[in-house]
Amino acid sequence: MTVIGVLGLQGAVREHVRSIEASGAQAIVVKRTSQLDDIDGLILPGGESTTMRRLIDKYGFFEPLQQFGQSGKPIFGTCAGLILLAERIQGQDQPHLGLMNMIVERNAFGRQRESFEAFIDIKGVAKEYEAVFIRAPYIVEVGEGAEVLAKQNDKIVAAQDGHYLACAFHPELTDDHRLTKHFVQMVEESKKTLAS
Amino acid sequence: MSRTGTDRVKRGMAEMQKGGVIMDVVNAEQAKIAEEAGAVAVMALERVPADIRAAGGVARMADPTIVEEVMNAVSIPVMAKARIGHVVEARVLESMGVDYIDESEVLTPADEVFHIKKNDYTVPFVCGCRNLGEATRRIGEGASMLRTKGEPGTGNIVEAVRHMREVQSQIRQVISMNEDELMTYAKNIGAPYELLLQIKEEGRLPVVNFAAGGIATPADAALMMQLGADGVFVGSGIFKSNNPEKFARAIVEATTHYDDYKLIGELSKGLGTAMKGMEMSTLQPSDRMQDRSM
Repeated sequence: MTVIGVLGLQGAVREHVRSIEASGAQAIVVKRTSQLDDIDGLILPGGESTTMRRLIDKYGFFEPLQQFGQSGKPIFGTCAGLILLAERIQGQDQPHLGLMNMIVERNAFGRQRESFEAFIDIKGVAKEYEAVFIRAPYIVEVGEGAEVLAKQNDKIVAAQDGHYLACAFHPELTDDHRLTKHFVQMVEESKKTLAS
Repeated sequence: MSRTGTDRVKRGMAEMQKGGVIMDVVNAEQAKIAEEAGAVAVMALERVPADIRAAGGVARMADPTIVEEVMNAVSIPVMAKARIGHVVEARVLESMGVDYIDESEVLTPADEVFHIKKNDYTVPFVCGCRNLGEATRRIGEGASMLRTKGEPGTGNIVEAVRHMREVQSQIRQVISMNEDELMTYAKNIGAPYELLLQIKEEGRLPVVNFAAGGIATPADAALMMQLGADGVFVGSGIFKSNNPEKFARAIVEATTHYDDYKLIGELSKGLGTAMKGMEMSTLQPSDRMQDRSM
């Protein structure tokens, strides 16, 4: 069975576990680096990106996470996870993991009172998808070869670059598992490719 | 078409704070220390609960200058407290763009009977509770997040433990109860029936429940996580200790790894003096902040 980890340092971990299981894969909560060997794909969940980054450094996750991505295993970053993945963050000198070729802007839709829900279309994945944006970032620009999957008010809110997937909203907060299923398929395909 | 202020957006914001520590701060400098230490949010206040207790008199919403100063200093969410039932303080905080409002018994209540009808606001609210009755009444009024009341500003964990255990125990009772017993139970604890039914079906509260009120050490934070808290608020415990940076970092780590005792032992070494605590029996009934609302 395909095993997908959820980085469990802080944030909406339980919801992602539920969504992975509903999408037909096995989920584990990753709290230690050694667990990265047991999984085929990884979700970086929503939460506070600065908090997660501090804990990533503290527990020596930084390099193992980069190696995990560079080995070709899929990573899906949602909201704070998208910020962790990005190669460049507006207004910051340094990115976090810097794995996915895109520029992102934090808290880009405003503060909590501007947080919202909206129906969006995700290219090749879902039409009329109910997306929950909470103090959400957006993607200013994707790099060459990356594909824009969804926009909201002309801002890029979901993109895929090879085995990296990122979205600015929270697929784990609704019962619509179509985007998580898409990621599970990415992981299943990469398993085949990496095995051959 | 997009919708703001929905239950999902308001409750979801609290879901993102899970496993984290929310710290009380009184200025930009403290807010930065908290953010640097890995806090998931800060609570902007004029005084921490221990100082409110010491100062006596009427405690009100903080000066908006302080809240603004904190909002400008950090990129993590900023919370602020309004007095119980004080709809204008709450609206002022909402208009300033505060990310979460704590309708809090730490401040002197403006209304001894009614809480704010929190459903009407775009900004989400967190409220304190000692038991499932209080918890569900607050949810009924529109709270998107709960926390134990504990006894703020005492550095004594005993009341937070009591409240967390009580809520958890009552949730377990609801889950194991027959549905025909539920209405009478709802009446007895003063809970909205529909919410109890929902808790029974889903096996948990519909919003996250943090621990608050008396957390002073990394071990206290880990204890509350083990009792089922989704995260912790630390009020006076950090900036009333003699090494706030170290305490803040240690409490954040102990909250993440609440079952790693070796690590908590390491974290607790040489931390310096924790805030001076208070024994409950030394408090006069009028000093008990937790009894200020029902």
